[in-house]
Amino acid sequence: MKLIIAYIQPHKLDDVKKALTEAKVSKMSVTNSLGCGEQMGYEESYRGIRFEVNLLKKVRLEIAVNEDYLQHAVDAIIAGARTGEIGDGKIFILDLADCIRIRTGAHGVKAIG
Amino acid sequence: MKKLRKNRRISHVVWLCMGVLLVGAAAAVADEPAPVGEIEAAVEGLQMNMNILWTCIAAFLVFFMQAGFAMVESGFTRAKNAVNIIMKNLMDFSVGSLAFFLVGFGLMFGATNGLFGTTLFGLSGVEPGEDWNWTFLIFQTVFAATAATIVSGAMAERTKFVGYLVYSFFITLLIYPIFGSWAWGSLLDGDGWLEGLGFLDFAGSTVVHSVGGWLALAGAIILGPRLGKYGPDGKPKAILGHNMPLASLGVFILWFGWFGFNPGSTTYADGWIGYIAVTTNLAAAGGAVAATATSWILLKKPDGSMALNGALAGLVSITAPCDGVTPLSAILIGLVGGALVVVSVIFIDRVLKVDDPCGAVSVHGVCGAWGTLSAGLFNMDTGLFYGGGLGQLGVQAVGVLAAFAWAFGLGLVLFWTISKTVGLRVSPEEEMKGLDIGEHGMEAYSGFQIFSNM
Repeated sequence: MKLIIAYIQPHKLDDVKKALTEAKVSKMSVTNSLGCGEQMGYEESYRGIRFEVNLLKKVRLEIAVNEDYLQHAVDAIIAGARTGEIGDGKIFILDLADCIRIRTGAHGVKAIG
Repeated sequence: MKKLRKNRRISHVVWLCMGVLLVGAAAAVADEPAPVGEIEAAVEGLQMNMNILWTCIAAFLVFFMQAGFAMVESGFTRAKNAVNIIMKNLMDFSVGSLAFFLVGFGLMFGATNGLFGTTLFGLSGVEPGEDWNWTFLIFQTVFAATAATIVSGAMAERTKFVGYLVYSFFITLLIYPIFGSWAWGSLLDGDGWLEGLGFLDFAGSTVVHSVGGWLALAGAIILGPRLGKYGPDGKPKAILGHNMPLASLGVFILWFGWFGFNPGSTTYADGWIGYIAVTTNLAAAGGAVAATATSWILLKKPDGSMALNGALAGLVSITAPCDGVTPLSAILIGLVGGALVVVSVIFIDRVLKVDDPCGAVSVHGVCGAWGTLSAGLFNMDTGLFYGGGLGQLGVQAVGVLAAFAWAFGLGLVLFWTISKTVGLRVSPEEEMKGLDIGEHGMEAYSGFQIFSNM
């Protein structure tokens, strides 16, 4: 079992979701997040004072998958989120120790699917 | 503001004709023409009721400006202080209405002892009912409360609520009415030294706006800047307002209310209402355009918050001269006001280092002074540009300086006294957490995620 954490551009979320659905990955959590990376920031101004905004709005996806779905899910995220520009985002993959479905108490591979 | 224009006969003729028709119909039944005296009395009665109706409608429009101030100020400040802003706006109107009824109105419009009025407290001696004084009281009450609420924006996000209540009480009890009696006392039973000099302030660029603006300056100085407003090097930092659409709704409400503020100050139903609405609107439009252009040039972008301030700057500027200038002069007065407000906001922020989150000192104090002086330049009868010489401008300058000395001086004393007694500023912990939780124990946007670390 793996946990995929992906940071993507907010406006690419719909494309990523569509690609994931086509890859038959339909379970995910989505949260808003702020982050900075290679994209750097941009300048805003308010009442005559300029300031650097370098924490940019991003969307964070968390997807727990069994091993056989891992590559499909990663491919789908890349297909949906990639523009080739700096700022497209990053994908992290972590080993997942366990997964428990609260309603049934099921563990592991069964609980994820 | 002027006394009823008794010499404006043109409209009287129109009403006379209507009166003749009405009374004529009755006379036809009686088969006997009504005496001229009766017709004139009917016309006069009708005109009086029209005046009352118009003045009341104008008063209700000016009342609505309180909502405008509440929206502008909450929009220009952070979400964590929004409940505090609306509480200050609600309470300065409420406390102010009581204080002005009981004491302020009498000081402003009662028979004068040479310095302020001494009769009409609580409108004692005035019969409940039709008397004009009741209409005049409600109209003047909403003006007094406008002066009071201006200060709230400059002192936003760090002022202790109880300290603000004490301030609200004293401005409508003493500070505003006594200055008002000098300029406007003779509108009723009083008589003031400034109006004796020939001071022109039709609807209150100085009496209402500058007085509020200079008190706001005193308050912001005694309070000191919000935490994080100035870096260790003294450079100002941006503290972003949390809702620009709300601020713009507030400005539209204020613009709307100003059609009561200026045209209403005729307190007389005739064509001047329309004329003053035109000069008022032109100056507001000019102010918004000039502020947009000025911020575009100076700050590289047409700053929305500056444009909103610009519309208000135009309105404040035209408030004193609106009845005595040509439409083209009104545009010019508004344009200068709009440019001035941008420069003034930057100057106060960067050079004086006084933290005024909403630009209240610039909009109301500075542009109020400009508007008052502009009457000395552009007034069609006495202005410098119309061959009136420097006399009127000099009198206007005396009024501007008197307002500054009175309001800023007493403001420093009042706010310093409050800071040494009930307290004027919240603790740094409370300021960081937000005044909504600290002062009022509630949140403005419960259920919303506020993504801000300021």
